[in-house]
Formats: sequence, structure tokens, C-alpha cells
Amino acid sequence: MVFPSIKGETVHALKDVNFTLKQGELLSVLGPSGCGKTTLLNITAGFLRPTSGKISLGGKEINGPGVERGMVFQQGALFEWLTVAENVNFGLRMKKEDPVETAQKVEEWLDIVGLKGFGNTPTYQLSGGMQQRVALARCLINNPDLILMDEPLGALDALTREKMQSLVLKIWKETGKTIILITHSVEEALLLGERLFVMAPRPGRIHKEYQLPFASMGLTEDLRAIKNNKEFVSTREEILTMIWDMEEEIMGKEN
Amino acid sequence: MLTGIITVLLILAIVGSFYYESRIVKTEKIDAVFGDPEKAKGGVHWIIAGSSTILLLWLFFSWDVAKSFYPDSANELCQVAKVEESLVGIKYIFPIDERQLKSTSVIDREIAIISDYKKIIQNSGIQSSDKAKLTGLLNEAELMIGTLTNEKHLDPEVKNKVILIANKITRLKEDFAQASYPGIKSVEEEKERLELLSKQTSWGETGMEIPPLPASKTGLKFDAAAREIKLISEEFFEIKNDNPVFMAQFEKIKSAIKDFKNSLNDDQELEQDYIRQVSKIAGRIARANIFPPDALDSVQQSIVDFDEVQREEQGGLSVIDALLFPGGTIVASGDVCSEQGPGRWLPKPSDTFKIFINLLKPSEGYKNVPLIWYEMMGINQVVGFITPDWIADIIPGKYPVHSSDGKVEPNLKSTVLDIATGNFSAFSIPIPSGHIWDSFLRVILGLGLGIICGVPLGLFMGLSRFAAGYFDPIVELYRPVPPLAWAPLIITIFGIDNSGKIFLLFMVSFAIMVISARAGASGTQLSKIHAAHSLGASKWQILREVIAPNSLPEILTGIRVAIGVCWGTLVAAEFLAGTTGIGFVENVARKYSQYEVIWITIFVMGMLGLLFDIGMRKIIQKTIPWRGKG
Repeated sequence: MVFPSIKGETVHALKDVNFTLKQGELLSVLGPSGCGKTTLLNITAGFLRPTSGKISLGGKEINGPGVERGMVFQQGALFEWLTVAENVNFGLRMKKEDPVETAQKVEEWLDIVGLKGFGNTPTYQLSGGMQQRVALARCLINNPDLILMDEPLGALDALTREKMQSLVLKIWKETGKTIILITHSVEEALLLGERLFVMAPRPGRIHKEYQLPFASMGLTEDLRAIKNNKEFVSTREEILTMIWDMEEEIMGKEN
Repeated sequence: MLTGIITVLLILAIVGSFYYESRIVKTEKIDAVFGDPEKAKGGVHWIIAGSSTILLLWLFFSWDVAKSFYPDSANELCQVAKVEESLVGIKYIFPIDERQLKSTSVIDREIAIISDYKKIIQNSGIQSSDKAKLTGLLNEAELMIGTLTNEKHLDPEVKNKVILIANKITRLKEDFAQASYPGIKSVEEEKERLELLSKQTSWGETGMEIPPLPASKTGLKFDAAAREIKLISEEFFEIKNDNPVFMAQFEKIKSAIKDFKNSLNDDQELEQDYIRQVSKIAGRIARANIFPPDALDSVQQSIVDFDEVQREEQGGLSVIDALLFPGGTIVASGDVCSEQGPGRWLPKPSDTFKIFINLLKPSEGYKNVPLIWYEMMGINQVVGFITPDWIADIIPGKYPVHSSDGKVEPNLKSTVLDIATGNFSAFSIPIPSGHIWDSFLRVILGLGLGIICGVPLGLFMGLSRFAAGYFDPIVELYRPVPPLAWAPLIITIFGIDNSGKIFLLFMVSFAIMVISARAGASGTQLSKIHAAHSLGASKWQILREVIAPNSLPEILTGIRVAIGVCWGTLVAAEFLAGTTGIGFVENVARKYSQYEVIWITIFVMGMLGLLFDIGMRKIIQKTIPWRGKG
């Protein structure tokens, strides 16, 4: 992916990024700012067209946005003029599905994300964590093949964040969806990612790949306990050092 | 009476607010320090006090308080004003209200002029013999002053006349102090007076004019005194200080001036000009009626004495005048009296209210149209007005043609035409009408058209490069022109009736709505658009479900602004031309100086503007409670 920069030069936001995801895999992507994480996600979602190369989902090449790829944004991007239920059923309404069935599905999903009884609440009255739950339900009710999450828990406080992490794991386990999760937090990437890409900037590329056991552990064990796991701590330190080095390199280049 | 009660209530309300505040302060939470916005909350009693103050100031400065508590005071003050007016001429001679005796100031002025002229003549280029002659004439004119002011030359007859006048004034003063003054009139005269009095309107019925005929005992007294003073003062001004020595001097000067004039050639323009001036100076001194310094002292003293007595006789009236007639008083001019001061242009609330009620009545109204009322109108007329006639034209088929036996069979097309033109019988419903309704309808129609056309275009411009560029010039070129600058052109094209004004308002609101809808559309968060895309919404669905509601706050704010601007533009446009509308009413009232009507229109406009704004605020609260919380 090549962007023209303001100065007229070109910026290689992504270069030689090749990977395949199996169905039901949870991939987290980590990297310093400016390494092309969001560009990768936007291309996958179909909001951007790659300069060269292609992405396919289930053998079909991606060409523009579509319902089979659901998206959860950092700030929720909820429609604040609608109620919780209206936000959740937005996709189904656009498809003009049967209202009775839709209402049932909305109930189910609100139950799953823990917002039972909040259907008629205006969205703007919800807290940040609850809004993120609505965003999750809104995405999942469409039954997408692939879920793209762009720092979905980034704006939440530590406590809410932990709860939401378990929720994401629970949903992953129950629905068996393929998920790409972009995050700034090393801990979150380790906890939630079955696979983990650490990306490097200029040009944006996959620097290192990990296969991690913690997400599967998280389905049964307590997240706190996993965080104190020796292997978890050492991997975390390794990745943090890696990212620190990259950041310092960027600073050096700029000065 | 009612005004009096209201005045008292208003004062009580203000005092009560202060008392209530003092009680709140005692029980207030101590944690609200200075600067805490909490301190500015709960001031309903101050709203009452504020409104009461405005009303009270209005009642006070329009002299309605005076009218309510002392309804006779204006009539009595009118008689007092007559006395003051009749005294003005005679007082002017003496250092009573003036600084100097009239004779002294005349002498001062003329002597200065004479010495100035002597210098001018000395420095001029005329022959020295002429110079000497002219200066001599000026000296003689100056001598005339000395003759006039010399007590020795004063005619004894003039002296007697002066004493006579002084005596007359003194006698009037003594009579005036009596309770019985002005004496009993004959039965016929009294009857006539009462008859005239009964025909007289009361204060405020004809605008700012005051009923001039004296109604009370005090009034009669002052009225009679004013008449007498007028006669005495006429007599006084007939006395002239024409003593024989002065007359001889004046004749001499006049003939000398004549001789000098005759000796001049036509080309001696400068000399002619000087002699003309000398002649003027001499004439002025002769006509100024200069008296010796102490000659008129007796008259001056009698006037001062009388003035003192008449002031004493005013008694409580002067207190009322000072306290309840702020900023002015009642002034007499000949036989009529009028209010001079805020009472003149600030109508009394009570009168204003009466006129307002009259304007509301369908039987009176303003220029045959009530302010707001209703009319019974057939449904057919309403339908005919709303439905455009071309609806019948687009129906397939032809209009009926008459048959060979001269009959016309109606068909579908002609029936629809009948309906579209309102050509059928139906029951009537009440439809609002009147000046206010006309203005209101113009605003609503102009604004509605502006919204219907402006919002879609604005959204389009916010989303499309083509629309943003293509329509930008036309909107941006006409928008900065003040709407009223368009008015003459548009009124000429569309006529002075509704269509011109509605089009003008359409232009105003259209530009505002385009700009606000455009800002709303281009301000939509990208992540929301992305979310809608990935939820499978089509272009049209995104426009309707995401961009339109997202632009709603901007659009509603735009409407709120547009209402204000439309309202202002409409009133001004109605000023320019038209036959109905609240602006028209004000313009006509201005031409006829109907201050009450002007104030009523101002009040109505303010209230309607406030109503519009409150309505919009309510709508905004109801429809977009989520504004700024996304």
C-alpha cells in the first residue's frame, strides 16, 4: 500500500504483508504508531483499495465494504440518535429482514453482551464500556465471517477493559468467528491473540510472528492468573523491548 | 383606578422580591462560595422584580401613574401653564428669569456695535470728510441712548401709565389670593361654561393633548388670572418711552442720514453700505423702547410678587408636577395644552391597552383589517388555493365539448378541474386572518420553501464535489447581499403582495439552510460512515439513516437563525410596500404619529419573535437530545 505524502513523496504504509488466516483463528496485531495497523484493517474492511496485491475472504477477492466483514471501532461509532436496540438491529433493518425475527435476535444478542433490558435506552446515556458492548452486538448480529476490531477497548478504563476482554474471549469461543484485533496494549494482544503479529514501521511490515497459548487458556482460567504466568511475563517483556527499540529508531530517524 | 392598583402591586412585588431574597440568603447553603454557578440559580423572584420594574418605569415615565392617581392634575397644570405662558412676555423685560434688564442688554450690545463700526470706518479707504460725517452720526446715535435713559426726560404721563400697570398687577395678586376669586359669573355664562365643559374629552382620549377648559376651582382661578395678565401685558407693551428730546434727536439723525445719502454718487458703494448700517443702528436704538434704569421697577416688583403668590396657590399641584411628571411637564400654547416630555412619545399603558383591544376587534382593526381574527372560508376555496390547476391538464383525455343539442357533459378531466379551482360547494371552516396572521404566514411559507429546497441541496453540496463546486457561486454570490437590498427589485418583479415577500424570505432562508445542511453533511464522522458501510447499508440508506440525522443539529440551528433573519426581513419588507402585515401597520402608524400603535406593533413583533424562538428551542430539545454526545 502506497500513500502519497503531503510533501509529494510516497509513503509505503504497507509492504510485503502476506499471511493467511484459518477459520476461527484470533489474530492480534501489535506495533508502534504509524506501522500501518489501521491501514491493514481498512484495506481488509474494503474502505481502502490496495495499491498492489489482493486480499480474499473464503476464496473471493475483497472489493469494497461488505456485511461479511463486521467492524468494531475504537469509539464505538454508534449512531447516537438511535436507541440501543435500533443500533443493534441497524444491519438487519438495512437488509429489510422480518421485524419480529429481528427483535428476537436483538434480545438474544443484548443478553449475550450483558445489556438485557437496555433495548430502549438512548445510546448517548450509556457508559463507554456499555457502548462498546452495543458496538459488538451490532457487528455480531449480522453473523459476519470475519470480525475486524480497531482498538475496540482502547478508550476504556482498566477495570472495564478486563471485563470486556473476557467478553471478547467468550464470544470468540461461543461463535467460533475469525477475528483480527488491532491493539496498542501488549498485554491485551498476548491475552486475546492466538496468533500475534508484531509490525514494524517504514515500510509497514510484519516484524515477528508468535503462536500463543494464552487465549485458549483464558477460556478456562482466570485472566489475572494468566497475567502472572512466567511465560506470559517473559513474552511480554520481549515484545515491549522490541517495540521500544523500534520507537527509538523512529525518533532517531526523525532527529 | 386599575392602573393605580397595578402600580401598588408592582411596588409590592419589587419590595417582596428583596424581602424573599433576604430570607433565602439566611437559609442558603454555606458551601456555595462566590463564583460558584450555583449562586446564579433559582432567581424567579428576581425575574418578577425585573418585569415589575420595567412596567413600573413605563407607568411612571408615560405619566400614567399621575393620570391614575390624580386624573385632574393635567387639566389644572394646563391652567397653570396658561398663566406661565401669559407671564413670559412681560418677564422677559426684567431680570427675573433673564440675567439683565432688557434695556441694559440692548444698550450693551448697541454700544459695542457702534464702537466696532467707528473702527471699521476709520480704517476704510473712504474720504476723510465722509469718515468724519459717519463717525459723527454714530456719536449722535449713542447720545440718543443717554437721552432715553435719563430720568429727567421721562414723560410724566408714561410714569403714570407704568404705575397704573403695577397697580393692576398688584390688585390681581391680592384678588388671586382670595378664595372667592374669580368671582361669580352670571347664570347664563355659568350655564354656557358647564355645557362646554361637558363636551370636553378627558385626558388621554385624543392622544397626548390635554383638555384645555378649566374644570376645577383651582383651574378656574388660574385660567381667569391668565386672561387678566394677558390683557395687562398687552397694555404694558403699548407704553413707549417717546420723550420729546429723544424724538427731536432722532428726527435730526434721520434727516442727516438722508442728506448724506443724497450726497453720495452711485459708484460710492462702500459709503452707501456704511450709511445703511448707521441708519439701522439708529433705528434699532429708537425702537428698542429703552427706559431709564429704575423707571419700570414698580412693574418688576409687582410681577415678582404675583409670581410668588401664584406659585403658593399651586400648592400640591407643583409637587405632583415635580414627582409624577418626570422629564417634562404640560405646556400651554394659546388655548391648547399638550404633554412635553416622555408622556408625548411613551404612550400610557392604559391607553395602549385600550387601543390594542380595538385593533384586535374585527369591527375596528387597523385599516379595516384586525390584528388577528378568523374568517369563515369554504373548504372548496381552501382546496382550490392549495391544488394547482395543472393537475387537471395532465389527466389523459380531453375537456368536454358541447354536443349538438347545446349541452355540456362533464367528464373526469372537467370534474378534476372543478375541484382544483374550488368550483364546488362545501361547508366552511374558520381560517385565521388579520395583520399578525398574514405576517406569520409569510414567514412560515418563505421559511418552509427555503427548508424544502435548501436542505437537500446543502446535503448534496456536502457530499459531492460536483454540487459543492457547481452551486457554490450562485449561493455565495447572492447570500452576502443584505436581504433588504434585494427587496426593491423583488417587490418590483413579484408585486407588493404575498408572492414578493415570500420569495424574499425564501431567498434569505434558502442560503442559510444550504450552508447549515452542508456543514452538517460534511461534518459527519468518517467512522460512522464506515460502520454503516460494513453493516451493509446502501448509499441511499447511509444518506437517510446516518448523514441526515447527523446533520439534524446543524439544520435545526440553521432554522433557528433563519427564523430570526426572516422575521426581521419581513417586517422591513412590509415597511416598504404592502397592504397588510404587522410591519405595514407600524409604517402607517408612523405616518400618522400614532405612538400607541407603534408601541403595540413593537410589542407584538417582540412577542412573536420570542414565541418562534421558544418553539424552536423546544423542538431542538425534543428532537436532538443527543446533540454533541456521540
